Amino acid sequence: MTPLIRDEDRPGHDRRGFLRAAGAFAATVLAPGVTLYAFGAPGDSAAAPGAPASSAKRWGMLIDVSKCGDGCVACVTACKEENGWGESGDPRTGAQWIRKVSIRDPKTGWSADLPLMCQHCADPPCAEVCPTGASFKRADGIVLVDKHICIGCRYCMMACPYKARSFVHEPIDDQKPNAPRGKGTVESCTLCVARVDAGLKPACVDACSAKAGGAMMFGDLNDPGSDIAKAVKAKASAAIRSDLGLDPGVRYQNL
Amino acid sequence: MKTRFRTLTDHSGLFWAMIATNVVFLALGLAAALFMESHGHIVTGMSNSIVWGLPHVFAVFLVVSASGALNVASISSVFNRLAYKPYARLSGVLAVALLAGGLSVLVLDLGRPERVFIAMTHNNFRSIFAWNIYLYSGFVTIVATYLFSMMDRGASRSAAFGKGVAWTAFVWRLALTTGTGSIFGFLIAREAYDAAIMAPLFIAASFLYGLSFTVAVLLTMTRETREELMDGEMISKFSGLFLIFSLTVLFLTAIQYLTRFYSPAHRGVELFLLWNGGVYPLVFWIGQILVGTLLPIAILLHSRTRERGPAALMLVSVLFLFGGLCQFYVIIIGGQAWPLDIFPGLVASSSFGDGAVAQYFPTVPEALLGISGVALAMLLVALAIRVLPFVPVVRPSASTGTPA
Repeated sequence: MTPLIRDEDRPGHDRRGFLRAAGAFAATVLAPGVTLYAFGAPGDSAAAPGAPASSAKRWGMLIDVSKCGDGCVACVTACKEENGWGESGDPRTGAQWIRKVSIRDPKTGWSADLPLMCQHCADPPCAEVCPTGASFKRADGIVLVDKHICIGCRYCMMACPYKARSFVHEPIDDQKPNAPRGKGTVESCTLCVARVDAGLKPACVDACSAKAGGAMMFGDLNDPGSDIAKAVKAKASAAIRSDLGLDPGVRYQNL
Repeated sequence: MKTRFRTLTDHSGLFWAMIATNVVFLALGLAAALFMESHGHIVTGMSNSIVWGLPHVFAVFLVVSASGALNVASISSVFNRLAYKPYARLSGVLAVALLAGGLSVLVLDLGRPERVFIAMTHNNFRSIFAWNIYLYSGFVTIVATYLFSMMDRGASRSAAFGKGVAWTAFVWRLALTTGTGSIFGFLIAREAYDAAIMAPLFIAASFLYGLSFTVAVLLTMTRETREELMDGEMISKFSGLFLIFSLTVLFLTAIQYLTRFYSPAHRGVELFLLWNGGVYPLVFWIGQILVGTLLPIAILLHSRTRERGPAALMLVSVLFLFGGLCQFYVIIIGGQAWPLDIFPGLVASSSFGDGAVAQYFPTVPEALLGISGVALAMLLVALAIRVLPFVPVVRPSASTGTPA
């Protein structure tokens, strides 16, 4: 009588079992990443579920420097709360997605305070130099970092003329669901992309309107009927480092 | 008489000590990388202002030197200077080893080093970084083929194949160093960079530091084999090359700084790097110019060629290499320490260091990581010469004669 050979007794069973287990493990570990990447890839983010960002829009911001209060940090505080950064007390290594900058003309004595963040350039140098394409510009002009493929080379930080990017120097926890962050990757202002896609304004703009001088205006620069388009048409505004020809989406008045 | 080559397996106590030292530094470097990986870059001196620190200084220095280490092979096969032919194999091995050392430091200094493969599967070809990934990997492949063309009995008979590979390697290494220099040259927003001269400057630097590594390794081999691998004539030839390359680097460095002095807007960064920038003018004038350029040039010019001997040439190589590290320290760290001019003509200040010179104090882990790149390169050379015949046996110029 031929002895019954059970499956696990056959030569190679252990190997097959191992491969099956490894395959299952890989599928479990990698699949979520692949899925997340698929949704996070350039151009795939949607204003409404399933709809891609539209190139018909150019989200932008107009900041009236004359209305920006000295020492007021309402926009900075709102950004911290919305996006969950600002945990580090070290100004050298801590993230700063938005900051208040004091400027002074040494010849005339004129001075002002203004908020500075990612300027969401039409031709962003950060995206140009990024080796993996992790830094990218959405069709609607919002410049983002795909945290899944950022390798932390920091070349974008070297390239950004506005020092608008931060590198996550330490392990972090308690992240906000709407603003994923990760040690060893680069981050910057997202223009509160999740809020914008939900039809809201960035947190800094809302905070400035509610608690401060209303110096910040947000809207679609491509829509002639929008408040921001009317405002930039009615009065001169300037881009910081306009000489570089990057066409930032953030513009300043009374600078 | 055809040059014979040998492996090097019977090491002296000193050689084993050098290997052991390199193993220790490699292990320390790996430990440092693990430490940085688990704690984040907070354990380095790097910040959001100085985003590339000491590891990048070593990495760029090694990558640039790698391209230049191929000098001797190129001079031999592309420019038909047969006197250099016995050293061509070692020059190729050294080129690959230095590149491996530099790239390993670069990768381990990434914020997410485990994602290095993403750099191969996701490419943005508008980025010079992405191009460099292919320039570097292509360099290794081409130099390996180059070595094969020199060492394989069948392949070495085909002059056309050898010449073709030699020319490809020559053009490729120029492209590689152009790519490395352009990493800085293409940075439009930084006053210390943003200049086309970065590419030729890096090429000239590669010639000098690559040759320095080659000569230093050759002289170490001479001690090891107890044979005179480099006679007086070759010492004279290498001295001549050193002079030409070091003067070229000096000339391009002068142009690099003088050009910026011409623009009033750039004088601030120039004065910072050359005069009032604290450590950077010191590293530049004392390290790069005095000790790393003028002193070795003076040694080269001081006595007549044959009297110099290997010891003087070894000293010259080490001094040039020291000068090279200083040069890249000033370029990479000094260039970042100067604040971005976000509001030209205005004085800026903020909680993020706007308008202020950035401070940088390298920490032990990042120094160990940088040094481990050199250790890895040297260990790879030591391993290569153990397993394959890269070291020439007979005195070169006696066997091959002078240029055709």
